Amino acid sequence: MVKLFVDDKEIEVEQGSTVMQACEKTGAEIPRFCFHERLSIAGNCRMCLVALEGSPKPVASCAMPATEGMKIITNSETVKAAREGVMEFLLINHPLDCPICDQGGECDLQDQALFYGRGETRYEEDKRSVDNKPFGPLIKTTMTRCIHCTRCVRFMDEVAGVHDLGAIGRGEDMEIITNSPSGLGGELSGNIIDLCPVGALTSAPYAFKARPWELSKTNSIDVLDGLGSSIQIGSKDGQVLRVLPRLNEEINEEWIGDKSRFAIDGLLNQRLDVPYKRNSSGKLIACSWEEAFQSIKARTNNLKAKEMASIVGGQACLESIVALKDLMESLKITNLDSRPESSKLPINYKDRGGWLFNPSISGIEEIDNLLIIGSQPRYEAALLDARIRKSWLKNNIKISRIGGGDKTSYEINDLGSDIQIIDQIYKGKHSYNKILEKSNKTLILIGESVLNRNDGAGILGRLREIAKKYNFYSNKWNGIGVLHTAANRVGALEAGFVPGKNGLCTEGILKCLKSNKIKLLWLLGYDEVIPKNNSESFIIYQGHHGDIGANSADLILPGSAYTEKNATYINTEGRVQRTYASVPPPGNAKEDWKIIRAFSEYINKILPYNNISQLRARFEKINKNFNIENSIIKSVTSDIGDTSVKLSSSKIEPANINYFMTCPISRSSETMAKCTISKSKLDM
Amino acid sequence: MISMNNIIFNDIYGFKGNSIHKSIERGDWDNTKALLDKGPEWIIEEVKSSELRGRGGAGFPTGLKWSFMPKEKNKPHYIVINADESEPGTCKDREIMRNEPHKLIEGILLAGYAMQANQGFIYIRGEFVQEAIALDKAIKEAYSKGYLGKNACKSGYSFDITLHRGAGAYICGEETALLESLEGKKGQPRLKPPFPANAGLYGCPTTVSNVETVAVVPTILRREASWFASLGNKNNTGTKLFCISGHVNSPCVVEEEMGISLKELLEVHAGGVTGGWDNLLAVIPGGSSTPLIPSSICEDIIMDFDALKNVGTGLGTAGVIVMDKSTDIIKAIWRLSKFYKHESCGQCTPCREGTGWVMRSMEKLIHGNANIKDIDILKNVCDQIEGHTICALGDAAAWPVQGLIKHFRPEIERRINNYKLLKVAE
Repeated sequence: MVKLFVDDKEIEVEQGSTVMQACEKTGAEIPRFCFHERLSIAGNCRMCLVALEGSPKPVASCAMPATEGMKIITNSETVKAAREGVMEFLLINHPLDCPICDQGGECDLQDQALFYGRGETRYEEDKRSVDNKPFGPLIKTTMTRCIHCTRCVRFMDEVAGVHDLGAIGRGEDMEIITNSPSGLGGELSGNIIDLCPVGALTSAPYAFKARPWELSKTNSIDVLDGLGSSIQIGSKDGQVLRVLPRLNEEINEEWIGDKSRFAIDGLLNQRLDVPYKRNSSGKLIACSWEEAFQSIKARTNNLKAKEMASIVGGQACLESIVALKDLMESLKITNLDSRPESSKLPINYKDRGGWLFNPSISGIEEIDNLLIIGSQPRYEAALLDARIRKSWLKNNIKISRIGGGDKTSYEINDLGSDIQIIDQIYKGKHSYNKILEKSNKTLILIGESVLNRNDGAGILGRLREIAKKYNFYSNKWNGIGVLHTAANRVGALEAGFVPGKNGLCTEGILKCLKSNKIKLLWLLGYDEVIPKNNSESFIIYQGHHGDIGANSADLILPGSAYTEKNATYINTEGRVQRTYASVPPPGNAKEDWKIIRAFSEYINKILPYNNISQLRARFEKINKNFNIENSIIKSVTSDIGDTSVKLSSSKIEPANINYFMTCPISRSSETMAKCTISKSKLDM
Repeated sequence: MISMNNIIFNDIYGFKGNSIHKSIERGDWDNTKALLDKGPEWIIEEVKSSELRGRGGAGFPTGLKWSFMPKEKNKPHYIVINADESEPGTCKDREIMRNEPHKLIEGILLAGYAMQANQGFIYIRGEFVQEAIALDKAIKEAYSKGYLGKNACKSGYSFDITLHRGAGAYICGEETALLESLEGKKGQPRLKPPFPANAGLYGCPTTVSNVETVAVVPTILRREASWFASLGNKNNTGTKLFCISGHVNSPCVVEEEMGISLKELLEVHAGGVTGGWDNLLAVIPGGSSTPLIPSSICEDIIMDFDALKNVGTGLGTAGVIVMDKSTDIIKAIWRLSKFYKHESCGQCTPCREGTGWVMRSMEKLIHGNANIKDIDILKNVCDQIEGHTICALGDAAAWPVQGLIKHFRPEIERRINNYKLLKVAE
């Protein structure tokens, strides 16, 4: 600990702290533009100047290490004058176009100018103007407003690991530029909008939509990938206008991926707002809820339980899954599944270690060795990728990969794509065994594509044995991490939406649908291609977008998207989190669990809950954690996988994912379509 | 005036040739091994007791600076020679590199040994083509003689020198910007602390020294510190290369004892001010960034660090710019402002924004197209730049203007009033 004085107040701070941290500890306000906790220190804005006794010049508090016995003055006239001077310099070439600037109302420069700005300008010359730069379809630039804090450059360099930004020119002519005319690469570029302390970088899709004080803000979570990042939804007039990240050290720190931020315009397109029924000529015609329920009832009455089935997609919330499961059980239907076709994910609770990301997302910072198998975290969970990069930079971890993939923002050792590599490591005959031996804390990151293979269980079993052998498979440190791409796949498995006694799995259901053994299929947010169809089968699609699932449906029940309901999701690491409704669902669409509850009443198999708290009380019987927000469902180590399954000869390949279009919402988003085009132009 | 036998740079004018043979004839590389054998501590102690102050402008005691290098060697140590001489009015280092390169190279070896560095870099200004060629030749000669490389001078000590050419940015003469540039990055000064002695080039302990500082070290070691300390005045010892330019009859680079009077320097070596001493208007005594002094002060000022500091200016690089009464003094200082505006790296706010403002305000003052209060604003803007920046370029940009306002305010006011009258007449 270091003892120093700030404005004559004695304060103790940890060794290695900066003067700024010490000042903040005493409550002294230090203005800043370039400094950001998660980026390297640039010290270039000079706004945080403080006086240091014994130093002839004021010092930049963000960069000055606190040392024993320092005497810092933050409130003297000279300090104030220094800051006012800096503020004046920042403003002389700033256009002061606040009335037409989207940053207005949440602009650091505006806020600080209130305290340190002069009432009038002394600068009578022409102001500088700077050409705008191509930052891609997501970021609107007004570079004349730039104050050269270089936060954006540092973020892209350090956190995102995409070296697309830099500064050229000297002095007044310094400009921030991109090195590609098609915009910025990577999946995290939207964060520089939040980082920009002025209106130089603003959100392009949100341009001129609203002022920050007009938005109603709802703290919620994101469901467009498997992480469940913390977000704040800003809405106005019943529309979601923007999504910002919220601080959550465990998951997203203070960033979010571009998809989570910008896919929200997809919430307005292709929405299912009334029930639809397919008529005799094969066209979907809008109908009433009554008619919709009637047509289901007419079918269920005449069918045996084994002729009916239900599949749940990855974005369905826990409430609707539990309700649907209860409904299916009341109809004695056991053909239930929530896993992708051909998935070999385990289904028993005791094997939940085989579906969880056991090491936890923040646990990535503790490891010293990482093996990625059949996954591209960059596309599957962009922030987890940023975490890997952080760990790589901080702890210099070794990262290897089986299955190949695109360029990464960290150094990676490609072992190849041959499935035999896993067998060789399993038998201790691969050069990678040496790396495993040296490692104290290994993490094996398993992509979904691996468990979707026919020999998925065989691979999982071998990996479990490898982990056991090298001491990273214990209840203290379980280094097996399954990375899901869907927001609530873990939730569905935890709710037990899996084949019951003699029940069929997804693959079986779809096969039997083709062969006409399944005659009624209820899809809840399942948006994969359904191999249709013969005239007898009846497919119900419950969801919020007219996407792949709805295309093949005979009946559509319009549900709600994540911004429109209070719902529970469990992310890939088993963390229980909730979304909160920010806007109402469109038209006649309803909350999903209510649709199921209403139908149960219609067929007289009333589900025993009338409101969401009763439904959540029902959760208790499945898992107490479901009602504890932010709790983590932990696994105990078990013999997941099956080593007796022979490995096939096909190569390991990560899922072929277009990051910008992974779910009905993002597929309906114009912004995401633009990103897809611009990415294809980028030389990655 | 300096006596001939106290001159260090015997061939600063290049009459005798810069080859290693000629240099050896002049006494360079004379039993360097003996100097090395006395050990690093001895070298640093000698330099300390010679009271040599850095010749790059700041005048920091050299021996003290060298002693800041950590003694333990868990990382490589580097010595970097700042040969990015770009200060307007300064042209001493180029003469050394052109005509006395072996003094520099021997100095680097000795300084490098004193700091236990195994690698020296010379960062030379991009525009110095002939100088780079001369240095390159000299380094090769020293290698072929075995003075550099493995077992340098048969002392058992290995030392390499790499010559690196800059791209001609003034800011790369700032030591940390120089290190950034040497690492291949954009030349922008680093935040201090940490100082280069702790984390310099590639994060390793580094000392950056000026060409002249290092080039005088071999002679100091040979002729002993007491000899060097006996020249000049207390705390301002030794000899110094002065670069005299501007309105003098014969501009020159000349070696003189520290503490020579300005008048003597100009009259004896530069052939006097054009039109006679009475025609003198002002002198910038230490390169463009030091504030000017009017002729009244020039009369009896002596040229050393402390004396010039006492009159509100500095010895800087000893680039003496002489201006006679034909000079448009405001335009002259405006030109310097324009230079600093052009050379500001753009990293930190006060310098980036302030230098342009100062230049534009100065531009108006040339013709007097301003108000009297604009002078105070300009002064205030300079004060807002000075001391608030990461490096000293901000100060350097502010000082000349502050000096102008301090000594020539009546002239500025006269122009403003004249301009007003002219406007009224129109």
